[in-house]
Amino acid sequence: MTAPAIVATDISRTYDLDGVSVPALRGVSLSIEPSDYVAIVGTSGSGKSTLMHLLGGLDRPSAGTLLIGGRDVSTLNPAEMAKLRNETIGFVFQSFHLLARTTARDNVALPLVYRGIGRRERRERATAMLDRVGLSHRLDHRPNQMSGGEQQRVAIARALVTDPSVLLADEPTGNLDSTTGQSVLGLLESLNAEGVAVVLVTHDREVAGRARRQIVMKDGVIVR
Amino acid sequence: MRLAEAWRVALDALRANRLRSMLTMLGIIIGVAAVVALVGIGTGTKGQIEQQVEGLGSNLLLVVPGRLEAGSAPAASTMDLDDVEAVARVVGDRDRVAATIASGETVRAGSRSTFASMQGVLENTPDVFVRRLDRGTYLSRTDVTTGRRVAVLGAGTATALFGDRDPIGRQITIGGVRFRVIGTFERLGQSLGVDRDSEVHVPVTAAQRLLGTDRIDGLAIRAPDRERINQLSTAVVSVLSDRHPDTDFSAVTQEQILGVLGDILGVLTGVLAAIAGISLLVGGVGVSNIMLVSVRERTKEIGLRKAVGARPRDIGVQFLLEAVLLTTIGGVLGMALGVTAALLVDRFSPVPAAITWWSLALAFGVSAFVGIVFGVVPAQRAGRLDPVVALRTE
Ligand SMILES: Nc1ncnc2c1ncn2[C@@H]1O[C@H](COP(=O)(O)OP(=O)(O)OP(=O)(O)O)[C@@H](O)[C@H]1O
Ligand SMILES: [Mg+2]
Repeated sequence: MTAPAIVATDISRTYDLDGVSVPALRGVSLSIEPSDYVAIVGTSGSGKSTLMHLLGGLDRPSAGTLLIGGRDVSTLNPAEMAKLRNETIGFVFQSFHLLARTTARDNVALPLVYRGIGRRERRERATAMLDRVGLSHRLDHRPNQMSGGEQQRVAIARALVTDPSVLLADEPTGNLDSTTGQSVLGLLESLNAEGVAVVLVTHDREVAGRARRQIVMKDGVIVR
Repeated sequence: MRLAEAWRVALDALRANRLRSMLTMLGIIIGVAAVVALVGIGTGTKGQIEQQVEGLGSNLLLVVPGRLEAGSAPAASTMDLDDVEAVARVVGDRDRVAATIASGETVRAGSRSTFASMQGVLENTPDVFVRRLDRGTYLSRTDVTTGRRVAVLGAGTATALFGDRDPIGRQITIGGVRFRVIGTFERLGQSLGVDRDSEVHVPVTAAQRLLGTDRIDGLAIRAPDRERINQLSTAVVSVLSDRHPDTDFSAVTQEQILGVLGDILGVLTGVLAAIAGISLLVGGVGVSNIMLVSVRERTKEIGLRKAVGARPRDIGVQFLLEAVLLTTIGGVLGMALGVTAALLVDRFSPVPAAITWWSLALAFGVSAFVGIVFGVVPAQRAGRLDPVVALRTE
């Protein structure tokens, strides 16, 4: 058995709102195995996004220990965290977060820029990845020239271009109609079948049901 | 992130907001243009004055009564032509010692009149000061010893009195006294808007009679060589002091005059540059302001870049380059504008202007520096943005 990709032990995250501390996560323990397929469900405000940000190394827990790729995030500085994200995590967001003035190919190539990879290789890898998500005919389109489903596929290609071990998707189908959502989901599942661990936040019970594991959150804790 | 990539991203960001980038640059453009143009005018003026002082002839020593110090009033002269003889004996060559008595006079010819500086001089003046004749002859030794009423006109005075006609042999009156024109000088042109061609040279003896005095205003000596000039200066002052125990005398060399003028113009140029520099500073504040706006506007972009692996430094460098790019592009445009302005001033106004490479290099360096200084704060702010907060921003 290989080591888990992410291990969270009793982590919490408390926000400070004008001197009042707001606990968004309260003692969550969780581990994501390689090739895992986990769905996180829960009511709005239950802390799903907060957890995702922590698992992806975008944020640090206020308490508890969090290992990403075997490294304790509390020992890493912001630059090291950035490198860790770049190498092990792929993010997919509900609102796509593509650079507006940039073509699909350059959007996908963006993470490779921060790896110091040359332009030619970046383009080759981005092109291959767009081909992988079925968008080889949209290489030079800008986000506003693509449908929502296409934009989310570009975002997935961007998340995958660095060969991450974990893909974190926070409501990836939230802005899509159900048919398009299904195809995006199908894409995620086929990637998972190839060995990428997928963690998916969703409000859709049916979607959650397709995952290997389901985690239900409420008021900052895992209830099931 | 590679630097080439960062440049590309920065350029792209500027292009996305063309109008705003232009307006922000405007402050820098104006500032740099002002620096380049004003320094150009200062340098040009300094160069012209130096040229004119040097044009007086080399190794020149000017002797005047009184102390030459800042704040002291010029003293009335007690020197006369006997002093000139005494100084000539010290120098060892009468042809090297020129004497002058000057007075502003109205000069008439027929119905025309003009105002000119009448200079009572010795026959050796064109050799001591470098002056070339256009027509006719200069004053002779006999003209000076006999006080003959003959005159050599500056080009401006000649034109004012005679237009295109040949003035040689014609009569003029200076202060009501008749003189005959025997020569005219080559045109000297203007300096700082002052006409240097409105003058009339007459024998010093004739001028003294006209003014009812036997004094002269000052002496000028052309030293045989540069090495002897200081020694000569001391000797001349001591001879004159012996003859006039109550009067101080000062001898100044061309280098000293150049030094003083150079200092004054240097300060003037510095002040102009400083004033222009302030406008550059204001432009810099504008850049800072716009960069802060840009950071805020692109919060989401920053968050996304961080999510996919941008380090704080990568983001900081990106925004810093953007600011530097703004100011250096502005700097280059400003340089072009400043050079154009200086050339126009030089061409179409009496004020001279000279563009020097160092002022261009300085202007470029300063504008890049302004970009760095005023880009640092926005860049740091961008670099430190919390990616989660940035991504949640809508
Ligand atoms: N920056 C912040 N400052 C203060 N409180 C915050 C901040 N971010 C999140 N919270 C709070 O933390 C709690 C959890 O938020 P989170 O976004 O993780 O919920 P969520 O489960 O993703 O909800 P949704 O389904 O609506 O996306 C909420 O109560 C929210 O108000
Ligand atoms: Mg959420």
